[in-house]
Amino acid sequence: MKRNVIIKSTGIVFYLVFLSISFKFDFAPGKEIGTTFFYFLIDMLKILPFSFILIGLFEVWIKRSTVEKHLGDKSGVKGYFWAILLAGTTIGGLFVSLPIAYSLCRKGAKLSIVFTYLGASAIARIPMTVFEASFVGLKFTIIRLSISLPLVILTSIALGNYLTKNSYSIQMPDKLK
Amino acid sequence: MITGLTLLVSLLASRGKTLKALKIAFRKFVDISPAFLTMLILVSIVLFFFPDKAFLSYLGKDNQMKNVLFASFFGSITLAPGFIAFPLCGILLKKGVSYMVLSAFTTTLMMVGILTYPIEKEYFGLKVTVIRNIISFCIALVVALMTGIFFGEIF
Repeated sequence: MKRNVIIKSTGIVFYLVFLSISFKFDFAPGKEIGTTFFYFLIDMLKILPFSFILIGLFEVWIKRSTVEKHLGDKSGVKGYFWAILLAGTTIGGLFVSLPIAYSLCRKGAKLSIVFTYLGASAIARIPMTVFEASFVGLKFTIIRLSISLPLVILTSIALGNYLTKNSYSIQMPDKLK
Repeated sequence: MITGLTLLVSLLASRGKTLKALKIAFRKFVDISPAFLTMLILVSIVLFFFPDKAFLSYLGKDNQMKNVLFASFFGSITLAPGFIAFPLCGILLKKGVSYMVLSAFTTTLMMVGILTYPIEKEYFGLKVTVIRNIISFCIALVVALMTGIFFGEIF
């Protein structure tokens, strides 16, 4: 584990050194990579701090029993409905929904519902869907959603059941507990 | 904006709890930031080697199946915010790229995250990440196929 960390940090340092040398000596590919890096970095910094604050508030205020009731083992069909609704209002991309999904999981949401949330947040975010429909056409969007959403739900149930049977548990111990 | 409002309400309700929430937020952010950094580095390198333009030029009209596979592969390895991806799709559409190919591209782009892999692995572990991405890839292919059928592009 420790060796991994060393390799990773060396890689990151090497990358940053490469970028700064590229910028200093006008090395075009390096500059292009650097520009993309900063572009995406800024794009994420615009969203991430807010989403993490929301996650923090969620962890403090929402009781475990509430999550269990609406998204847990006994939530039934409604749980999937909530998961998709929640996904629709998520912004960003997988990099935002992953930490949210993780928090939901730790608060006792059912695995299949968490995976439904993950999938749905990728394909059915409301602002993005509107955007898509205006560029590619409403028919395209409707077909895409009406086929992919049921598939997401079905595969999430399958994956959730499979993992529950194999007594999968979420990793990364929460250091705050 | 929503974050600001909730934060304010929370602050009014309880100062201690809000402070704790912020602490949690900060800790979680710091804990996952190496994974984010890794992802950003991967993104910048991958996009350098596979720029959008190359993608455009590879999409011929000759072989639909090949195009679908290529588009889904490209969608899987890249990462693009919606405000770039969809205008790009609009352009592709005007250039005569089929709906089926577009659907393969957008769905994999959104659902399959090879570049978000460092983050996903951190939260859900290697096995689940791999399974979920493979499933997502298959879903994308099915969706593409169905799109093709509905738009009368195949069969």
